[in-house]
Amino acid sequence: MQSSSPLFLSTQTRSAWGLILPSLALFLAVVIIPLIMTVMLSFHDWGQYKGIETVFILKNWYEIWSDSYFHEMFARTFRIAVLVTFITMALGAPEAYILNRMRAPWKGVFLLVILGPLLISVVARTLGWALLFGGKNGVVNMALMKIGVIDAPLPFMFTETGVVIALSHVMMPFMVLSIWAALQKLDPQIENAALSLGASQLTVMRRIIFPQIMPGLLSGGIIVFSLAASAFATPAIIGGRRLKVAATLAYDEFLNTLNWPLGAAVAVLLLVALVIIVVSSNALIERRYKAVFE
Amino acid sequence: MAFLELQNVTKTFGDHTAVNAINLTVQKGEFVSLLGPSGCGKTTTLQMIAGFVPLTKGIIRLDGRDLSNVKPAERGLGIVFQSYALFPHMTAAQNVAFGLEMRSIPRSDRDQRVRDALALVGLAGYEERFPRRMSGGQQQRVALARALVIRPQILLLDEPLSNLDAKLREEMQIELRQIQRNLGTTTILVTHDQHEAMALSDRIVVMNKGDIEQIGSPQDTYHSPASAFVATFLGKTNAFEGEVQVAQGGISRIIVGDHVYTASAHIKGPVIISVRPERISFAKAGLRGTVCTRIFRGNHWLFQIKTIAGVATVIRQNDGTSMPEEGHDVHLVWREEDTFVRANSKVG
Ligand SMILES: Nc1ncnc2c1ncn2[C@@H]1O[C@H](COP(=O)(O)OP(=O)(O)OP(=O)(O)O)[C@@H](O)[C@H]1O
Ligand SMILES: [Mg+2]
Repeated sequence: MQSSSPLFLSTQTRSAWGLILPSLALFLAVVIIPLIMTVMLSFHDWGQYKGIETVFILKNWYEIWSDSYFHEMFARTFRIAVLVTFITMALGAPEAYILNRMRAPWKGVFLLVILGPLLISVVARTLGWALLFGGKNGVVNMALMKIGVIDAPLPFMFTETGVVIALSHVMMPFMVLSIWAALQKLDPQIENAALSLGASQLTVMRRIIFPQIMPGLLSGGIIVFSLAASAFATPAIIGGRRLKVAATLAYDEFLNTLNWPLGAAVAVLLLVALVIIVVSSNALIERRYKAVFE
Repeated sequence: MAFLELQNVTKTFGDHTAVNAINLTVQKGEFVSLLGPSGCGKTTTLQMIAGFVPLTKGIIRLDGRDLSNVKPAERGLGIVFQSYALFPHMTAAQNVAFGLEMRSIPRSDRDQRVRDALALVGLAGYEERFPRRMSGGQQQRVALARALVIRPQILLLDEPLSNLDAKLREEMQIELRQIQRNLGTTTILVTHDQHEAMALSDRIVVMNKGDIEQIGSPQDTYHSPASAFVATFLGKTNAFEGEVQVAQGGISRIIVGDHVYTASAHIKGPVIISVRPERISFAKAGLRGTVCTRIFRGNHWLFQIKTIAGVATVIRQNDGTSMPEEGHDVHLVWREEDTFVRANSKVG
């Protein structure tokens, strides 16, 4: 069967190549080439007055490696991502579970309520938080101060807590969807089966439901983690220029300082770190659950 | 006193009555089947016994105790679900051990009982398998072992064999019956398969649209159906249109097509007479008809015979005697005790 040598491609193979060629070319042009160029850019030199110099040096990488400012910034980026991941997990799991147990009309309504925010731009959603908590004029802060619960406005803008809360809100739909998908695979009678064997409601949750939605929780975690670590709009609005994360820092280097090579190095480092984290945790999860869930 | 007692048990969903004031008593050690078409309320009944569905009205007693306020976990019933509902993240042994863990049975004792239960259902050596890596029949056995290992007061089975292929189902039926006989566990089986119900049960409860139509032994329900529904639902039956005329001395004359015979009917006028295919035989005189098809089935012959009272299905044992061929004229007769006569509401 496999007699056609690479030089004499069968017409079928050739037409298959012909079909994927346009999309392949597009992918190459808009993803791979800019990526390679960014990587190369990160090795170039830059000076206030001389601009970008196309040489191969490790200056930018050394700067990131040695300057504690960058350490702090990357630590903050991943700290925020980890916190957001855990918060969405902790809130998303019960949310998805309750949603899954709802009856016909309400299920649809609340699914829409949860997924609805996806239809609104991240910027608009984040600005909403800013309106509620932004300084003295934030609606919630004003109300709380009026009724005397607090004396000074709750610190929200330009704080890490603020970024974490707003990002958790933005990322919640992804987590809920992921857990929801795992819940859909659950046998509808499985809780009854456990109950009939003498389990309490709490035991059913802990021993039966939770282990089964674990893969959904973990894959949701990977999605939320990588999206949160590379998020731009929310940290940019809530964190502003005072509280920088990797994405906003790279942006600033590109557009404000105009130090493109340093910005490129930050962006590449973020990308590489994310790829390593996502790929390795995914491999770990797959190995762990292979025997149980194909 | 009855072991399990359902008194006036009713379940309504909105304005739809799924189970309509049924009464049923089950003796200790008995094997009872709930049989009926889809949507007749079998599962609902079982789930009310299990405690997953609250009763709208009525009372369920187990060993004299009212179950109204007893949680499913405290009823001590073993349930095998139609979908098996095994715990996919646990091995076969862990699945079976779960009920024992909940009862805080000590480890050593538990392991022994799990091994015994798996051996009982023919799964010795499968302890460490995950359910996904087992065939449908094996999963079904794990579910059975999981229900049996807690030594349930009653075993509830909701169409446990319906996902298996015909051959495996027959094997499992025999096995299920043997296990139940050996352990003496009171068992209630839900099924819509009349053969399964007849093969396994001491008594069959025939249900239709939330009502119980008949309760009786497999032989009783088959041979003396209490209603037309039972007659048609349990096995094939012929329904001839006929007429009952009262003759002298309380004896009735029954007319089916050109066949007239006397019998003790309790009604008169237009009727429908049901006769099982295997209870019709060929004779010199009787209901006249022509053989349209004749099918050889190995151990029996299956005939379709056109008569003026309708097309009749006849089954004859293949006992070596010669059988009429297609196109031949035959006469059909049956015994009075093999018929079920009911009024024909369509005529008159
Ligand atoms: N939760 C529910 N809400 C509303 N109606 C229900 C509910 N559960 C069952 N029903 C209705 O009650 C009736 C009986 O259902 P049940 O599941 O007991 O049928 P069944 O005899 O087990 O049928 P099958 O052989 O198809 O399993 C059906 O008409 C069904 O639509
Ligand atoms: Mg059912």
